[in-house]
Amino acid sequence: MSNTSSLLEWPAEGLTRIPNRIYSDEAVYRAEQTNIFQGPTWQFVGLEVEIPNSGDFKTSFIGETPMIVVRDRDGSVNVLENRCAHRGALVCLKEHGNVRSLACVYHSWNYSLKGDLIGVAFERGVKGKGGMPADFDKSQHGLRRLRVELLNGLIFATFSAETPALEAYLGPEIFVRVKRVTNRPMKLLGYSRQYMHNNWKLYVENVKDSYHASLLHAFFTTFKLNRLTMQGGIIVDESGGHHVSYSMAAQDEAKKTEYEQGEIRAHIDDMTLADPNLIEGVDEFDDGVTLQILSVFPNFVMQQIRNSLAVRQVIPKGVGETELVWTYYGFADDDSVMDRRRQRQSNLVGPAGYISMEDGCIAGFVQRGIAGAGEERSVVSMGGAEAESQDTRATETSVRGFWKAYRPLMGL
Amino acid sequence: MDEREIHYRVERLLTDYIRCIDDDRLEEWPGFFTDECFYQIIAASNHDRGLPVGLVYADSKGMLVDRVAALRQANIYEPQRYRHLFSAVAVLDSSDLERICVESHYLVVRTMQGGDSVIFSVGRYVDVVDLSGKKPLFRERRVIFDNERVDTMLAIPL
Repeated sequence: MSNTSSLLEWPAEGLTRIPNRIYSDEAVYRAEQTNIFQGPTWQFVGLEVEIPNSGDFKTSFIGETPMIVVRDRDGSVNVLENRCAHRGALVCLKEHGNVRSLACVYHSWNYSLKGDLIGVAFERGVKGKGGMPADFDKSQHGLRRLRVELLNGLIFATFSAETPALEAYLGPEIFVRVKRVTNRPMKLLGYSRQYMHNNWKLYVENVKDSYHASLLHAFFTTFKLNRLTMQGGIIVDESGGHHVSYSMAAQDEAKKTEYEQGEIRAHIDDMTLADPNLIEGVDEFDDGVTLQILSVFPNFVMQQIRNSLAVRQVIPKGVGETELVWTYYGFADDDSVMDRRRQRQSNLVGPAGYISMEDGCIAGFVQRGIAGAGEERSVVSMGGAEAESQDTRATETSVRGFWKAYRPLMGL
Repeated sequence: MDEREIHYRVERLLTDYIRCIDDDRLEEWPGFFTDECFYQIIAASNHDRGLPVGLVYADSKGMLVDRVAALRQANIYEPQRYRHLFSAVAVLDSSDLERICVESHYLVVRTMQGGDSVIFSVGRYVDVVDLSGKKPLFRERRVIFDNERVDTMLAIPL
C-alpha cells in the first residue's frame, strides 16, 4: 500500500460525508491504482463465454492496467498483464481473437498461453555476434500472471496474494445472488462502450444509490417497473463494498404516496406505451424478483432488469474520465421468443437505455458541480449513518458501504 | 421507374429523414417508416461478429413512437442538437420496388448547449426502402456505427 496519509482528511462525521476532492485529486487517483485496483480486491475481467475455445483471448483492463484474458489448452483461464517483459509494448493489439501463443510484434518475443517466455528472437545472435547474455534466464521474464477465480462463467482476477478466496470476499448473501443470474450456460449477446466525463467512483456510487432510481429515471416510474414503494430492499455485505438492490413484481399497494400527490416529476399518469411488447417479461428465475442490481467492490456491476441481463465493468481513464463496458448476455437454452424479448428489453439499458441514459450524464453533472468546491463535502445521510442491509430502497446505505470498504484500503 | 428516378427518390428520403431529426421534428420521425418496420442502432463490432444487441432496437412502428414520447416526457438529457451529413449513397438492389436495398455513409456532429461540437457518431446506414407507394418509406433502417465508444449517452435517434 502506498503512503496515503497526507492525501486528505476524512470528515469527522464518518460515512455520511464525502470530501469532494476525492473525485478530482490526481494523487488520490494514483493511489487508487495501487491500493484499490492492484490491491486486495477481485476484478471482473470477462465472461467465459467470450473465450470458449483453446487459444481464444480478449483484452481487458484492471484499473488502467491492460490485461489479456486467454483460454489455455487445458481449458483453464489465464489472466496476464498485456505488457511485454522486454520493452513493455502491448502484446495483444486486437480486442479479441485466437492465438497459438502470445507474440509481441516489436521484437517477436513469444509467450505461452500461461505467459511463460518461450522464445526470444535472435537469442543466440546472428553469425555468432550479438544475442542475449548466456545467463539470461527466460523463466524470469514472463508476462505478469494474476490469481484467477471463475464463478458460473464470470472471470475474476486479482494482483494481490492477500485477497481472500472469491466466495469469502463476496460473502454468502452476495454470492448466492451472483449465482442466481448466472445459473446456466450463457450466450453472449453484445457489448456497449460508454465514455463518461466523471471520476469512476461517481458512477459506482450511482449504481449503489437506490434512492435516485425512481426519481431521476422517470421512464421506470411512469410504467410502474420500479417504484420505491414496491416491495424490495437492499442488502449490503459485511465489508460494505458489495450490494444487492432488488424489487418484487408484487403490486404496489401504497395508495397515497408522494408520487400520487403529484410532487414528483417522475409520475406521469396518462402515459402508456404504444407497443407494450417492450416490457413484456417472464419470471425466468422463478422467484418474482423483477429487478436485481448487484455490485462487487470496487467496480463491477451485474444487472437483471426484467429479462435484460448484463454485466458492467467500470474502467478509470484518468481522474475525471471513465469508460463503462456493458456486456449483454442471455442463456444458451434461450429460444427465439426469449432472444427477441431480450432484444426488446435491451432498450431499457445501455448508453441509450430508457432507464439508464441519465446515468451517463448525471455523474458528469456532479463532477462539474463540485469544480470549485474541493474542500466541501457531499451529504449521504438517507437511511442513517451506517452501511447495513435495509428493507427499503429509500436509503443511501450501500453508498456509505462503498466508503466503508474504500477507506481502510486507502488509509483514509 | 428508371434507375435515375429510383436514386432521386431514395436521396430525397434520406435527406428528408435527417432534416426531420436535425430540425427537432421528432414526432414526425416514425412517419418515415412502414407500419411493419425494423430500426436498430448497433456498433459495427457487434454487427460484424453477429452479436445482436445494440443501442436501440425497434421491431414495430409503435416502439419508434414510444422512443419519441419517452424523450419528450420522461428522459432527462442536456439540450443538444445534431447535424447529420450523408454521402456515398449506393442503390444495391432495385429489382423489387417494395424492397430497394440502399447503403450510405453518415456523420453526426453533436453540439451541446455549452457550444462544444463533437463528432458524435460515424458509420453507415443499411436500409430497405419501399418506393411502391406515393411516399417513400423505410421498411428497415440499420444504423451501424464505427465509433465504438458512445460519448456520455445517446438520446436523439440517428
